[in-house]
Amino acid sequence: MSDEAKTSLNRREFFSFLAVGWITFGAATAGLASLIFRFTYPNVVFEPALDFIAGVPGDYAEGVDERWKNGFGVWIYKKDGRLVAMSNICTHLGCIPTWLPAESKFKCPCHGSGYYPNGINFEGPAPRPLERFKIFRNPEGKIVVDKTKVFRYEKGEWNSDGAFIDS
Amino acid sequence: MHMIKLGINFLSSPLYSFTLFIVLFVLAMKRMDIVGTKKFGMGLLIFTLVVFAWMVSDPVFFSVISLPDNIPIIILNGLVFWSTWYALYKGNQNDIRIAAGEPPIEGTPENREKVWAWPNLVYTELFCIIACTIFLIVWAIFFKAPLEEPANPTWAPNPAKAPWYFLGLQEMLVYFDPWMAGVVLPVIIIIGLIAIPFIDTNPKGNGYYTFKERKFAISAFLFGWLALWVFLIQIGTFLRGPNWTFYGPFEFWDTHKVVAENNINLSEIMWIKLFGIALPKNIFVREVFGLIVTGLYLVASVPLITKKWGHKYQERMGTVRYYLMIFLILGMMSLPIKMYLRWFFNLKYILAMPEFELNL
Ligand code: FES
Repeated sequence: MSDEAKTSLNRREFFSFLAVGWITFGAATAGLASLIFRFTYPNVVFEPALDFIAGVPGDYAEGVDERWKNGFGVWIYKKDGRLVAMSNICTHLGCIPTWLPAESKFKCPCHGSGYYPNGINFEGPAPRPLERFKIFRNPEGKIVVDKTKVFRYEKGEWNSDGAFIDS
Repeated sequence: MHMIKLGINFLSSPLYSFTLFIVLFVLAMKRMDIVGTKKFGMGLLIFTLVVFAWMVSDPVFFSVISLPDNIPIIILNGLVFWSTWYALYKGNQNDIRIAAGEPPIEGTPENREKVWAWPNLVYTELFCIIACTIFLIVWAIFFKAPLEEPANPTWAPNPAKAPWYFLGLQEMLVYFDPWMAGVVLPVIIIIGLIAIPFIDTNPKGNGYYTFKERKFAISAFLFGWLALWVFLIQIGTFLRGPNWTFYGPFEFWDTHKVVAENNINLSEIMWIKLFGIALPKNIFVREVFGLIVTGLYLVASVPLITKKWGHKYQERMGTVRYYLMIFLILGMMSLPIKMYLRWFFNLKYILAMPEFELNL
């Protein structure tokens, strides 16, 4: 073959080059896209467990107890010996209210919703009371709070089985 | 001095300051021949600067406005003031000319001459890009972004504030359910703004400033922009402290400030307070008043508005455009209405159906 013939591609060669080029380009793009997609997910998630053991009823005094709030996002509220586990998520837009012992209420820092210690909303825009989690005693007599089961007041679920324990 | 500060604290509570703002706004729209003059602009500017300087000398006020987050809002206030007044001023000048039978300034022969986009416009844009970049770099050097503790899903700062440009929205959320103020109303606002050129086909004011010829359009827009967005940003930024409680500009942000507030739904007001009976079990019976009021507001009010005031617009704009406009205006007015209902009656929701996540 002369040198001259080699300087230009024939039709078939052109298309195979084109195909290789496109496949490489497509693969690179797909790889990049998948990397970007992967990047949107965190490498490590520190999510508190959805159920946890919360001691025995005798550990709690009457009123609101904050010991599980930072770890698990749960307030334990005891009234006349009855224990309930309250979610610490505001029912308005999902901020984290603060417990104000002096005023004896929960107050949300985002739009000012207020809740009584038992979780009933009374001020600000919150449309419904704080949700409650399932709470029960395991065979050893320890309290277990299970955040996968939610009891909502407006659905009349606060008196159902598992919404509270009496001690 | 102390008494004046207390007075200002009192007057800046949302109810009074918002009312005052609306009154001033209506007056301004009525007396554009005064507002749109250089004298008025200068006078207002000097007055504002003097008052602002005096307020800054107060340590509490200074501690709030000097937060890095809050400085852009001070700048925004200056820019909003300037651009609004300048447009109104130009409109007023043209109105005077038009009334005298002359063409608007933009329509005079020497101003009708055209120039090329390149280089005239492109150079200006290039310059603006460079200036903005320099500004942002200087800004980033002087006002450091705060480094806070790692995010914790079970803890929130107090007060928890949105970025400054969303504080109006956050203030709006105080009066609404998150579905309404967070999703429905913003979507209506965005779509409504996009729809303006299609709804408003009036050719008056195209290519020249005017106020008199577009009184309604300009005041309606400015009301939404100034009173319901810019002003609410001010409240959200400067006057909301811990627990989203209201604090006057000279009031120390005391976390334990207690405000007695007990918000109730319309259903509770009607059934329990008025009739003295327990809430009915069936939610549609329970919310019947809310349903009626909402229906009255959204449907029955329309023919009334049309008859009293809207018919001339309806003829000019065509039926579809007219009803779209009415719908947008009703949506816009729902915010001030809800705010006043909250302030006067502690009303939480007109229609409260948390069972369906529907609260109006
Ligand atoms: S999120 Fe709690 S009041 Fe809005």
